[in-house]
Amino acid sequence: MAEIKIKNVAKRFGSYQALRSIDLTIADQEFMVLLGASGCGKTTLLRIVAGLDAPTEGEVWIGDRRVDHLPPRDRGIAMVFQNYAVFPHLTVFDNIGFGLRMHKLPNEEVARRVERTASLMHIDQLLQRYSGELSGGQRQRVAVARALAMEPDVILMDEPLSNLDALLRLEMRAELKGVLAESKTTAIYVTHDQVEAMSLADRISVMNGGLIVQAATPVEVYRNPAERFVASFIGNPPMNFLPAQNEGEGKWRVAGHSVDGPNAGGDELVFAIRPEDMHPSATGIQATAKVVEPLGPHLLVTCDIEGAMFRAVLDSDMSIRAGEAITLAPQAGRIRWFDPQTSRAVA
Amino acid sequence: MSAVVADTPRTDAVRSGRVLYVASVVLLCAWVIVPLYFLLVNTLSSPEAVTSFPKSFIPAFNLGSLEFFMNFQGMLAALKNSVLVATLTMILSILIGAPAGYALSRFDFAGKELFRLLVLLTRAFPLPLLALPIAVMFINVGLDDTVFGLALVHTTLAVPFAVLITFSLFSGIPTELEEAAWTLGCTRLTAFTKVVLPLILPGITASAIFAFVISWNEVFAAAVLTIENRTLTAFLLQSLAESPLYLKFAGGFILVVPALIFIFAVRKYLFAMWGIANR
Repeated sequence: MAEIKIKNVAKRFGSYQALRSIDLTIADQEFMVLLGASGCGKTTLLRIVAGLDAPTEGEVWIGDRRVDHLPPRDRGIAMVFQNYAVFPHLTVFDNIGFGLRMHKLPNEEVARRVERTASLMHIDQLLQRYSGELSGGQRQRVAVARALAMEPDVILMDEPLSNLDALLRLEMRAELKGVLAESKTTAIYVTHDQVEAMSLADRISVMNGGLIVQAATPVEVYRNPAERFVASFIGNPPMNFLPAQNEGEGKWRVAGHSVDGPNAGGDELVFAIRPEDMHPSATGIQATAKVVEPLGPHLLVTCDIEGAMFRAVLDSDMSIRAGEAITLAPQAGRIRWFDPQTSRAVA
Repeated sequence: MSAVVADTPRTDAVRSGRVLYVASVVLLCAWVIVPLYFLLVNTLSSPEAVTSFPKSFIPAFNLGSLEFFMNFQGMLAALKNSVLVATLTMILSILIGAPAGYALSRFDFAGKELFRLLVLLTRAFPLPLLALPIAVMFINVGLDDTVFGLALVHTTLAVPFAVLITFSLFSGIPTELEEAAWTLGCTRLTAFTKVVLPLILPGITASAIFAFVISWNEVFAAAVLTIENRTLTAFLLQSLAESPLYLKFAGGFILVVPALIFIFAVRKYLFAMWGIANR
């Protein structure tokens, strides 16, 4: 039972401002993913919640306790590290039981919890092994089991899957989601992998330059990016942008085509659309196909629109070749608008 | 048939590679073992055999020279002093060196690079230059001719190695292991004793042995700073200068053997220090 409140947290390393001002509330049992490119401050924020780094400013609350002055051991957290941090001098059993023994639990309870979490993570055959005798995936399982055995209020994960190979990552991702949903703990998960973020999160906090740019559900972040940064960071291929000129009365001219838009002042906006929301049509935006990549279910067509690069994901039944002209119409309701100065979304 | 012909140059290369390898091993072993063997043979020969020619390569098991040493006035006391000084040096240099190594690897502090340099700089001053002032100072504070005083000097010789060896040991242990221990309920101290210490113990042992051997072999400071309570090296240096050859051999033997036994006993930890996996 733990809600996490991060209030106005800032962190400076010398003259480097790693976190500017973070305000974030994570609900009890919520799975929150911190997503961003390297250097955006996501790991720093996680370490501040863990107590491994102290915030320069601000407060961290877990449940109804203020914890930013407490050492990690008194915060009711458990953490899974990127390089697993499995103790090499202890067996798997002793690794999983390490925290329980530190908290002076009776031996029967330690054994009970170790066996339960080990079977949950499918490593009950490995309890007497040392970490040197385990594969990367198995070490990862030990690290997660060790965190779960603590039955923490909050579980913190710092890119736990990034050292695994692609296939194993997929498998562990699904497993983690199931195990964590069952454990009913609040989770913060740091990653730079947007697919991982999308598939795991209840909510995603997209971070950039030491700030949280948007905190919302995966679909919301994908469909309604709050900033141009989010639109270009999330989605593969990312959103397309084209300049738009005001024609008055909610009409905007985009590459010679008139599009319904916000009835707002200002002469310029940025028109944005996902590649899969463009369809071939009789009337619309004129484009020239530059590269056509058949991906099986889709065709990824990279085009040129008035000198700007534009990507469209089209049905693979389409026959189109590089160099051909194509007319594309945006799907109504999927168009988004950004202010060219502030980069914020315009309704 | 043609396959065999095609194979021959490769097998030749492999064979000559092996020959070279074996030869190198033999040469290196001979480098270490032959002098030790001659020392052993001459120690166990009668005084007449040591000076005669041609030599026998089989020791005569004449214990005369060794017996002479065992009964030699002050010999056992010197041996005891050597062990005491070396043990003290070992303990002191780890107690001082390991925390310094930990601090260097885990904390950022002003003057860290300068400190690393200064640690090495203590070895830049030749001991003969320092010996006289140290002797005067020791006489003033009453540390002259004591086991503890000499151990202090040997510690200053051994500490730079202890600092640098433990620094690299601690640096080889990922910070995440300690951090994981903190999140699992450890304080800084218990994380150290339960996680870091078990992992670096082999390396610490190796660096302790190194300190022991530095002290055991050190002769200059020992000769200058002690008169009554001589260590074995200083004692033998003094006694053997005027002795006949066979006694010099026996003295050398007595000096070498304890160090050899010690290193042999803890060789596994030395391998750990040098990064050779032996598990």
